[in-house]
Amino acid sequence: MTALSRIRNFSIIAHIDHGKSTLADRLLERTGAISERDMREQVLDDMDLERERGITIKANAVRIDYRAASGDMYQLNFIDTPGHVDFSYEVSRSLEACEGALLVVDASQGVEAQTLANAYLAIEEGLEIIPVVNKIDLPAADPDRAAEELAGVLGGAADEVIHVSAKTGAGVDDLLEAIVARLPAPEGDEHAPLRALVFDSFYDTYRGVVSHVRIVDGSISTGEAIRFMATSLDVHADELGIRRPSTEAVQRLNTGEVGYLVTGVKEIDLIRVGDTVTHSRGGTTKALPGYDEPKPMVFSGLFPTDGDDFERLREALDKLRLNDSSLVFQAETSRALGFGFRVGFLGLLHMEIVRERLEREYDLELVATAPSVAYVANLASGEQVPVRSPQDLPEAAGLVSIEEPYVKVMIITPSEFIGTVMDLVQQRRGEMGEMTYLSPERAELHYRMPLAEIVFDFFDLLKTRTRGYASLDYEPDDYQVSDLVRVNILLNGVPVDAFSTIVHRGKSYAYGKAMVGRLRELIPRQLFDVPIQAAIGSRIISRETIKARRKDVTAKCYGGDITRKRKLLERQKEGKRRMKMVGQVEVPQEAFVAALKLDM
Amino acid sequence: MRPEPDSPALAEAARLWNSVYVHVPFCARRCPYCDFAVVAADEAGGSDTARYVDALVVEIGMEPDPPEVHAINLGGGTPTRLHPRDLARIVNTLDHRFGIADNAEISIEANPEDWTPGFARDLRQIGFNRVSFGIQSFDPAVLESLGRVHSPQDAEQAVAAARSAGFSTINIDLIYGTPEETDESWGRSVDRAIELEPEHLSAYALTVEGGTALSRAVLAGAPAPDPDQQADRYERVDEVARSAGLVRYEVSNWARPGHTCRYNLSTWMMGEFSGFGTGAHDHRGGVRARNIRRLDAYLDQVEAGVRPRSGSECLDEFESERERFMVGLRLAAGVRTGSIGAPFASSEEGRRLVDAGVIGARDGRVVVLKPLLTDLVARSVLSVSPGDC
Repeated sequence: MTALSRIRNFSIIAHIDHGKSTLADRLLERTGAISERDMREQVLDDMDLERERGITIKANAVRIDYRAASGDMYQLNFIDTPGHVDFSYEVSRSLEACEGALLVVDASQGVEAQTLANAYLAIEEGLEIIPVVNKIDLPAADPDRAAEELAGVLGGAADEVIHVSAKTGAGVDDLLEAIVARLPAPEGDEHAPLRALVFDSFYDTYRGVVSHVRIVDGSISTGEAIRFMATSLDVHADELGIRRPSTEAVQRLNTGEVGYLVTGVKEIDLIRVGDTVTHSRGGTTKALPGYDEPKPMVFSGLFPTDGDDFERLREALDKLRLNDSSLVFQAETSRALGFGFRVGFLGLLHMEIVRERLEREYDLELVATAPSVAYVANLASGEQVPVRSPQDLPEAAGLVSIEEPYVKVMIITPSEFIGTVMDLVQQRRGEMGEMTYLSPERAELHYRMPLAEIVFDFFDLLKTRTRGYASLDYEPDDYQVSDLVRVNILLNGVPVDAFSTIVHRGKSYAYGKAMVGRLRELIPRQLFDVPIQAAIGSRIISRETIKARRKDVTAKCYGGDITRKRKLLERQKEGKRRMKMVGQVEVPQEAFVAALKLDM
Repeated sequence: MRPEPDSPALAEAARLWNSVYVHVPFCARRCPYCDFAVVAADEAGGSDTARYVDALVVEIGMEPDPPEVHAINLGGGTPTRLHPRDLARIVNTLDHRFGIADNAEISIEANPEDWTPGFARDLRQIGFNRVSFGIQSFDPAVLESLGRVHSPQDAEQAVAAARSAGFSTINIDLIYGTPEETDESWGRSVDRAIELEPEHLSAYALTVEGGTALSRAVLAGAPAPDPDQQADRYERVDEVARSAGLVRYEVSNWARPGHTCRYNLSTWMMGEFSGFGTGAHDHRGGVRARNIRRLDAYLDQVEAGVRPRSGSECLDEFESERERFMVGLRLAAGVRTGSIGAPFASSEEGRRLVDAGVIGARDGRVVVLKPLLTDLVARSVLSVSPGDC
């Protein structure tokens, strides 16, 4: 058993691409947790999607044994966390289980908004921060400037910043020593009743729900009767273990340690992240403070292309939810798309990932409608109605006003792009807040903006217009009344509910025109002329026509090669399967998210 | 009395004909749009026609159970690059092995520039009675862009020579929709073709086939054929041909009564045919087979005494019925409704096509009323599954 004083629990806070996964790989390698032979990139990211996109979605915890320069053995628990703005709730959970954090910054890029936001989160949690400048081997690296900046935002001295290259391994030994020397050991009472914090959980087909836990007080052993306090669920600790990073079962987890817990429970709803585990008998009555429930920010309709797949989609969503408690959904009916679900997501990346997993892992073909934020309609009756889909918006007669969610936005940008950023934010109805200079070259800008204005393409635009240099973070603020209207799209004279969008009145004409133009490009020609119109109420604000298809035939069957002809037709037919019939019109999947890619 | 080219009775009769296709891959050069099995004169084996004809004779001898044939088509490539002596050898071998029926159609594809009065007479003597000229256009700019070397005058002289040699059916092949062509120049091409009074006319839309020089050019940014323009040009040729007494009997083919192409009709009616030569196709006893496309590999196989097949497919009852239906859609006579027509017409896609006036029913047959949408209809037929019948 490792003494409390020899345990260090930490996570790494880094911007995407700043080298967190590579640094983690290097720490594992340097401490011998993994041999060079078994080394592959992003060892800790299990999901295919994580590897492909180079991101971390689920949290993970790995134990490393480290012999310090002093000769003492230490138990380092590294808690890997996601880096994307959509997953900040995951970050907050993981930080709760740590005493310290490595704040990693790319030596050529400097501090990014996301990193800073997470760093502030960590500081608020009372974590000790070790600032790290990574990628010092890069030709464009300016480690001293990045260190100055880091020291500036953290209020420390530049010489406290550790310089490393996760790629070459330079400085990694210094970093390991700093972890041991600077991060505090866990505090906890080994003799008190068990209190363990669930900081993440996932669903395993064979073992049921697997929870990551941090033992705060006492200890837990295999076979013991335990209780999840929030749900008063009494079960047995069937299996305890750690990752090194390969899974290793253990008999017991002690105070200050981090590991996983398997109880045989199959329903993830029964094991809530933030819940406290104690013993069924002689346990504590004082639960640890829990976390906030993650709140979905973006809603989108998901519909199976083949109506018969509705039940399969439900099952797939149920299964995904086992692994992702932030996923919320309820059945929805669309005149255009039939039966499907209104699904709430943490952000667009989360939405993309869920959709991709549904299609890939569950072999579903889906139509996703343009995402929407959650509005609130104030009715003449005084009632407030949530509007998670444009179709939910009540008719104008009974409607007094519409409120939309606002967010506090922080943008860090090189000074030369301040004007560019201000223009962009203004176009998106942003209200300027304070601005501070991190250094003469970089500024931190604060805004208040409608969530709807940033949730779709704002991040991409910001990146493009600042040549990739600006970074963004945001957090929910309050709701505010705005002059919003619903723009309906009519296809062949019939309103298509899946195309309706709520937009600010000042932008409704430009939106209608852009949307109609885009749909004309996306929808293939049909057997007859198809008018596309944009309308507010009964007023048409834009119109285009898709002319009827006239020619769809190829030359003769060469030398009687009918097999080849049939195969060609079959392939073309296959391409058409991703079309959805809306009334009499065949509409491709992309059309339903056309609003996301409007150039306006 | 001669049946109208688009009559159902004629189409159904074509189902029972036996045909032979002989592929001659040699060409002076490769046309930029062509993806057929061809070998240009400057490519490997491109001038060794004698070896190829020897191989054809051997391959024809391999046909296990040859029936009497009603139609022979020599296609390519450019069959007229062979010496009349070689062409005679091929036809005689077919006659010897299969037996050629009285009044059989014996047709050859020809490039106008190869065609002299003497050559025409030689071919008549061998027994050819139908010639199909790859004229493509009467606009010199279009001909050049298609990589053709003949002039409009060559084309006219070739037709005249065929006429005086006594060919009973002369076909003119046209291609429309090349980017250099205008509505006016196409109109002139059609008029000049009709003035030559062909018994048969084919007009094909220029198609960008993968792997051709044309497709590489289009990928690199050259203008691609415009489908609406092609539709206009199709309507133009249909109108002019019709008023000249030619009847459209297939999507791209027009003929005077008594001059439909038997070989083509029988192919579209799932008739049986044997194919010889590189890349040739074969349909006998419910099996579709195809020959090796590469000249050297083809020669090696045949010379080793092996039938030069590259693959075959045997269709089950449903697949073959579906194929009959899909292929038959190309005919103006329509296709017998059969076991697949009814479920198709009542399917969701089928009903939409009926409502839009694309297909109709007539005397127990399904007819495509907008021939330019035939592939669209055929794709919809693919949705019918065995359980629907």
